[in-house]
Amino acid sequence: MDWFLNPTSVSDKLIVMVVAIVLFVAIMGLILWLIDRPGVPNWLVVVGFLGPVTIFMAVGLLYPAMGTIYRSFQVSAIVLGANGKPIINPKTGQRTSELTFSLENYTKIFTDPTFQKVLINTVFWVLLVPIVATLIGLVYATLVDRTRFEKAAKALVFLPMAISMVGASIIWKFVYDYRQAGANQIGLANQVLVWLGLEPYQFLLTEPWNTFFLIVVMIWIQAGFAMTVLSAAIKAVPDDIVEAAQIDGATGFKLFRKVTVPTIRPAIVVVITTVAITSLKAFDVVRTMTGGNFGTSVVANEFYTQTFIQGESGVGIGAALAVVLFVIIIPVIVYNVRQMRISEEMR
Amino acid sequence: MSMSGSAVELPITTDATPEEKVTSRQLKKQLRLQEAKTRLSSPWASGIAIIIAILWTIPTFGLFVTSFRPPAEIATSGWWTVLTNPGFTFENYQNAWSGSGGLGSFFLNSFVIVLPAVVIPISLALLAAYAFAWIDFKGRDMLFVAVFALQIVPIQVALIPLQTIFVNFGLQNSFWPVWISHTIFGLPLAIFLLHNFMKEVPRSIVEAARVDGAGHVKIFFIVLLPLLIPAIAAFAIFQFLWVWNDLLVALVFAPSPNLKPITAAIAQLSGTQGNQWQLLSAGAFISMVVPLVVFVSLQRYFVRGLLAGGVKG
Repeated sequence: MDWFLNPTSVSDKLIVMVVAIVLFVAIMGLILWLIDRPGVPNWLVVVGFLGPVTIFMAVGLLYPAMGTIYRSFQVSAIVLGANGKPIINPKTGQRTSELTFSLENYTKIFTDPTFQKVLINTVFWVLLVPIVATLIGLVYATLVDRTRFEKAAKALVFLPMAISMVGASIIWKFVYDYRQAGANQIGLANQVLVWLGLEPYQFLLTEPWNTFFLIVVMIWIQAGFAMTVLSAAIKAVPDDIVEAAQIDGATGFKLFRKVTVPTIRPAIVVVITTVAITSLKAFDVVRTMTGGNFGTSVVANEFYTQTFIQGESGVGIGAALAVVLFVIIIPVIVYNVRQMRISEEMR
Repeated sequence: MSMSGSAVELPITTDATPEEKVTSRQLKKQLRLQEAKTRLSSPWASGIAIIIAILWTIPTFGLFVTSFRPPAEIATSGWWTVLTNPGFTFENYQNAWSGSGGLGSFFLNSFVIVLPAVVIPISLALLAAYAFAWIDFKGRDMLFVAVFALQIVPIQVALIPLQTIFVNFGLQNSFWPVWISHTIFGLPLAIFLLHNFMKEVPRSIVEAARVDGAGHVKIFFIVLLPLLIPAIAAFAIFQFLWVWNDLLVALVFAPSPNLKPITAAIAQLSGTQGNQWQLLSAGAFISMVVPLVVFVSLQRYFVRGLLAGGVKG
């Protein structure tokens, strides 16, 4: 069974992949075959269709989420014996510790200066990325709308959305590359500075502005999404509304501001909230470009660092950070749902 | 009613609208087209559009040019001087693929990860979506709302306990944790979107099949599945790219070189060999070639999937 649980060779990997798919199809096929006969009660059919999904989601999402919330309220404490000294585990020779209830993880996140910096950075990410990306996407979608080169122009801006955030980060890491003054620059950003007669600049190392240079990368990625959704919305603006406004004398920028933007407002809300949530949860850019060093960490990255790099001591903090992420997302979604309700009622 | 729901409801009219026979409408359309052209020909507007297009293209282009330059040239001169410092080589790609980068085996891992991680969640989601749309049972609405609500749980919240479960089952050295977690994290959105598409199928078609004596399983396979092919394609592409481009799930559940997909391998390379641009530039494009091919060849489906599924993550 080694190839099944620990595949190492190329053929093992390919075989286990095929086996996984075949196994899945066989199990599902058997279930469907069993429930597809006359006389099978309705509830059994429902179990056949929904059972696997319910198990996956309950065991893989609901239960872990509960576990993480629970764990975020626990800290590891050393067990003291009757004599007031730590109890030594005779087998391992180490002090025994146990998890006790505590709010310490949360107080640390909100009071420790390092974590406060992480929270502040996150606020900049969640505000700047959606606003700027949406603005650029909206302007660009409007400008290229119904032009001869619309398709190609949109593909260019959309491309960063197709590649991974890791790939985008490497592309920009190269743009920001730094060589000492006097040496030939190989990063475009610093070459532009040199051309302008300025000193080269450590874009990724110099606090506090490095966070904003990371945010630029995320804007570069997300603008394509904003543009695509908003472009679809702009095309759906009814012709008669535009014509009526034109008869009233609205043109150019005025038409855009008074007619187009209010009409596509629901789409703008969707884009802003979606991009906000994406930038809140994504850690790829920070991880790849600075690893969260030099004061650039955000909640999603710090979650990863604490949970999977820090070791046992960071797990509680990591859990608390994950819960913080979750809690920030809820109001954004509630706002979004309410906005959609309002716009549906108006329709 | 919902984020992704509203994204779905957005009119997706990027494709050409069906030709109308009303000539006056065509005329108006043409007039607007002409007017749009004149609007963009204002120097400010076209200037801004061109600047945005350049800013969005140059960074990628620069790294692409760099990936074909000899290492000595890369380290001493900018890629924009390529015309005065000519030099062309495929060696960077060779090195990245099988030499010091060794990305070939990670590429295989990505491939092994991605197929089951697309097929399994979509199949499961189709079955669930069918049940929610076309089978009457008690508690259906409640269960559906629960599935919908699970969409907002960030995957970070589930990672630690999930890892414990996988370790308890002794799966940590295999691809199973990656496949299973991508399945789990993809399910809520997949069910929700496919349910919306299932609901759009006219009731009369399903009823007619039922009158003919078809059970739910037959109706699902013979009536609904063929009608849903475009929706399935759109979501499959979206899930494919999501899994291929993913970093977090890969780092957590496939940390060993034996399992690591290419995106995670490149991210790591960027940390350890941050100045080896001959390696990083070629490596980055090796990791991007699959998404780029998918993007260029299936752009229409991809855009549709993205419009529908932008909230995933």
